[in-house]
Amino acid sequence: MNVMTRPSQGGDVRWDELIRPDRVHGSLYTDPAIFEAELQNIWYRTWVYVGHESEVPNANDYVVKSIGPQSIIMTRDERGKINLLLNRCSHRGNQVCSYDKGNARSFTCPFHSWTFANDGRLVGYAFPDGYEGQDKSQLALGRVTRVQSYRGFVFGSFATDGPTLEEHLGGAAETIDRLVRTSPEGEVEVTAGFLKHRVKANWKFILENECDGYHPAFVHSSIFGVADSAIGKLYGGASTAVTRDYGNGHTEIDLRPEFRKRDQSLSWFGTNEQRLPDYVSRMKAAYGDQTSREIMIDGTPHVMIFPNLFIAEIQMFVIQPLGVDDSVQHVTALQFKGAPDMNRRLRQQTMGSVGPAGLLLADDSEMYERCHRGVLARNPEWIFLGRGEHRERRDENGFIVSQVTDEVPSRGIWRHYRSLMEAH
Amino acid sequence: MLARESSATLLQAVTAFLYKEARLQDEHQYEAWEALWTDDGVYWVPANGGDIDPEREMSIIYDNRSRISLRIKQLLTGKRHTQTPQSRLRRLVSNIELFDDINGDIAVASNSMVFESSLRDDTIWAARNEYRLRYVDGELRMAYKKVTLVNNEKALFTLSFLI
Repeated sequence: MNVMTRPSQGGDVRWDELIRPDRVHGSLYTDPAIFEAELQNIWYRTWVYVGHESEVPNANDYVVKSIGPQSIIMTRDERGKINLLLNRCSHRGNQVCSYDKGNARSFTCPFHSWTFANDGRLVGYAFPDGYEGQDKSQLALGRVTRVQSYRGFVFGSFATDGPTLEEHLGGAAETIDRLVRTSPEGEVEVTAGFLKHRVKANWKFILENECDGYHPAFVHSSIFGVADSAIGKLYGGASTAVTRDYGNGHTEIDLRPEFRKRDQSLSWFGTNEQRLPDYVSRMKAAYGDQTSREIMIDGTPHVMIFPNLFIAEIQMFVIQPLGVDDSVQHVTALQFKGAPDMNRRLRQQTMGSVGPAGLLLADDSEMYERCHRGVLARNPEWIFLGRGEHRERRDENGFIVSQVTDEVPSRGIWRHYRSLMEAH
Repeated sequence: MLARESSATLLQAVTAFLYKEARLQDEHQYEAWEALWTDDGVYWVPANGGDIDPEREMSIIYDNRSRISLRIKQLLTGKRHTQTPQSRLRRLVSNIELFDDINGDIAVASNSMVFESSLRDDTIWAARNEYRLRYVDGELRMAYKKVTLVNNEKALFTLSFLI
């Protein structure tokens, strides 16, 4: 247990030594060399969530996003196509876009006036006689190599080949299906603006906490107690809710067993049909009485799409790593297309819960920072993730599940992490 | 328009009120701070600039009176981990100005700078504060406080003390 290891000395990391089935080494969170390796093997290779199509609804709309520390401009060009462009002039590297969002056919670099169309093409440079014979097509803005959407969620991958987005999402794609069908028009929108919450902690503390069903009873007891919330019981030792490992690093807390036991429409959202009459009538019109009732009992998913998209029932977080101990959580209320009364409540609940002053997330973030400082101590060297190993089972689709407080999600995340880090 | 003398008297009363509010916040006197609010109080800390519509877009804090009360109750549990231990705080309040009344409420603005020492690190916060104050039973009370942090378009560290 306390054998000293030298994880990144000499550049050859023995991932199997650092990542074991029920424990991982503390240096995985704090070693700057490991963080650099993660950028190469995870953030700049696998599918990473970037933005949502509804953030650029019109031709020439753009919004500035990120993949890890890199600034990415997501544009919708004149033909309606979504592009993910690197915010870096192909001339001397200056950032070509300095605003968070807007509408622009082109981006002109302020340094030497090189101008790029919003599909990335270089369309002009100042005093062109100095570039006689140059091929402009070789000097376009850099782009994220592969771009694919799933139900409006836009992902990017810098790898020229590899799994498709659908292969990457695998069984977790169904959770996004489950999310969008909670909208009467079958679409979610990302239109409420983002809170940006910075923590001095490694990004994987955030990643692992999102589907950790063990902590809410303790970290969030202060708010569950005073808000008379029914959420606490979902995460108790007697809860029938489960944690699930979808593979590929995607993990879920599936609360549906508890909501189905309650058998009350919109109980998942702490409300009832009488308080959201407009939403309920639109859902019934869209899906029929029986199906809409099932949807409104089950609610939306609580799923962490590896490595950075967390759908937390009513809101969405995007995890951005900036450095080994520097991370940002971008968070917004999910909005259901065609459901204004629902959307108002989604925003109000989200604002109360999350962001720098959130009644829930400020306490989670405190744990991330304390964990980061804690693991700098190296005795014990390991983080123990063995909770519930003895009672894991397979669900009807073959995915590993266990009781809601069990550490199935962390084990699944690290299994996938190791496969990505060993592949290169 | 107030006469010069009454305006000076009001400014003095308002200044004393803002200093008191600052002290109660710095010293985590949660219940005394909550008692400064009117029954219809709104506590707003916008994100992404100062002119977003809080009914449409996300704010850092957008509390009606009952949520202000909930926020205070949570702090009073002693299990609000991000404030256990409490941040150590001192703030400076300056540039206090009276503006034209809004629906009978006294419109006031100030600038503030807060030095926070927490487990994570030391953090400096700077803000424009806009208030609507009202006399209730002879005492000044807050009906509205908007805190526009200078850097609210950036990613912010946890802000769990009373700003």
